[in-house]
Amino acid sequence: MLAIDVLLALAALATAGQCLLLPGLFRAVANLMAFGLVMALIWVRLDAPDVALAEAAIGAGITGALLLTAVGQLPASQRRLHPEHYRVPRWFITMAIIVVLVGGLLWVAMLELLNTGLANAGLAKEVAAALPESGAEHAVTAILLNIRGVDTLLEIAVMLGAVAVIWSLQPAIPPPALGGNYPGLTTLARWLHPLFLLTFCYFLWQGTHAPGGAFPAGAVLGAGGVLLLLTGSIGWMYRYGYNYLLRWLLAAGLLLFLVTALAGLLMTGSLYGLPPTFAGYFIIAIEVAAALSIALMLMTFYLFGRPGR
Amino acid sequence: MTDTLFTLLASLLVAMALVSIFTARHLIRRLLALNILASAVFLLLVLTARSAGGIDPVPHALVLTGIVVAVSTTAVVLALYLRRYGREPPC
Amino acid sequence: MSDLLGTALILLGLPFFIASTVGLLRFPDVYARLHALTKADNVGLGLICLGLAVQADSLAVGLKIVLIWGLILLASSTGATLISTSALRHGHPPQQRNDVDKHAGH
Repeated sequence: MLAIDVLLALAALATAGQCLLLPGLFRAVANLMAFGLVMALIWVRLDAPDVALAEAAIGAGITGALLLTAVGQLPASQRRLHPEHYRVPRWFITMAIIVVLVGGLLWVAMLELLNTGLANAGLAKEVAAALPESGAEHAVTAILLNIRGVDTLLEIAVMLGAVAVIWSLQPAIPPPALGGNYPGLTTLARWLHPLFLLTFCYFLWQGTHAPGGAFPAGAVLGAGGVLLLLTGSIGWMYRYGYNYLLRWLLAAGLLLFLVTALAGLLMTGSLYGLPPTFAGYFIIAIEVAAALSIALMLMTFYLFGRPGR
Repeated sequence: MTDTLFTLLASLLVAMALVSIFTARHLIRRLLALNILASAVFLLLVLTARSAGGIDPVPHALVLTGIVVAVSTTAVVLALYLRRYGREPPC
Repeated sequence: MSDLLGTALILLGLPFFIASTVGLLRFPDVYARLHALTKADNVGLGLICLGLAVQADSLAVGLKIVLIWGLILLASSTGATLISTSALRHGHPPQQRNDVDKHAGH
C-alpha cells in the first residue's frame, strides 16, 4: 500500500506544480482538474469516501467547467500567462528554498500535533453517543443535517450570498450552445441525464446509512445540470419570465432549513433540537432541500451573471 | 507511515500554493493557487481526523462544507474577473 | 480460481495502457494521439474492469464495475470526437505522410 501512497503523493505534487509553474492558462486549468481527481483518490485512501465523492464532482468537474468557460470568455491577450518567451524566473531558487522551509516547518509542527496533541482529542465518541437520537445512521450525514445543522445552514447562506454577488455584477453570459457544432455532446448529455438523476436519488437514499448524502448528491446533479447548460438544453434559466421562479427555487433550501430550525425551537426549546421521534423525517426533508438547492446554485454559478435581461 | 507521507504532501502543497498566491502575475493563476491551498488545508484537516481510536467524522463534515464554499469563492472571483477583463482590452 | 483469472485479465490489460501512454507521448498530432488513447479506454480498461468484476464479492458489485466501463466508453468516445472536431474547426489539419515529424529523432 505504501507504493500506492507514494505514487498518489507524487502525482498530486506533479499536477499541482505544473498547474502553478508551467506557462499557458489552459494547461494550468487542465492540471488543476487532474489534481482534483488525484485528490479524490487520496480521500478514498484516507477513509473519507463522502469527501471523495464531493471532490470528484466539484473539484474535478464543476470547478474545471467554471474555469474553462471563464478562460474561453477572455480576450486573447488575457489568456497568456506569460509575455512572449517564457523563462524560468531568476528567483526560482529563492522560491524553492522558501517552499522547502515553510513546508518542512509545517510538516514538523503537524507531526507534533498528530503525535501528541490530538491523541485523545477528537469527537468520535461524542458523535457515536449522539448518533442513535439523530435520525441518521451515517455519522457524517447526522453531523451535517442534525448535530451541526447550523453549519450547513450558514454554508447554504454563503452560497446564496455568492449567487447574489454574481448577479449584481453583470448580465448572464449567454449559453455557449455547443450543440450545433458538436452534436455528439447533446446526445451524450441526453443519454447521461437519467443516470445523473438516478445517481442523485441513490446518493440521497444511501446518505442516511452509508457514505453519500446531500452534498455529493447535489454536486452530481449540479455537474449534470452544467453539462445540460453547456449544450443549451436548459433555456428557461435565461428567460426573463422565469426569473422569479428561479429566485424562489434558489431561496427554497435556505427557507426550508430555517423552518426546520424554528420547528425544532418550538418543539424542543433549542435551535435545531429536532425531537428524536421525528428526526428521521426531518432529515430526509432537509436532505432533499439542501441537495436540490446546492445543485441549482452550482448551476447558477455557471451563468456568471444575472439571467433574464 | 501513510499519515506521515500525506502530512508531508499537504505541507509542501500549502507552501507551494502560498508562494504562488503572493508571487503569481496572472490573477487566474492566483485563483488556481487558492484552490490548491484549500485542498491542502482540507487534507490536513482530514489527517487530524485519523489520530487515535477510530475516525472522527466531524472534520469530514467540515471539509464537505469547505469544498462547496471553495467552489463558491471560485465562482465569485471568476465573475469579478470577467466583469473587469471580459470584453475590453486589459490595461 | 477467480483470483487467478482476475489477475490474468488485469495483467493482460496493462500492456494496452502502456502502449497507449507511449503513443500519447510519441505520436505527432492530435488525431493519432486520440487514436492511441482510445485503445487504453476500450480494451485495457475493459480487461481490467473484467478482472476486477470476476474478483468482486457479489454480483451487484461486479455489475457496477462493468457499468463503470460502459460509462467510460460512452464518455471517452464522445470526448474523442469532440476534441477532434474542435481541432479540425480551429485549423489543425491531420498531419500527412510527407510532413516533417517534429518528434522523430534526427
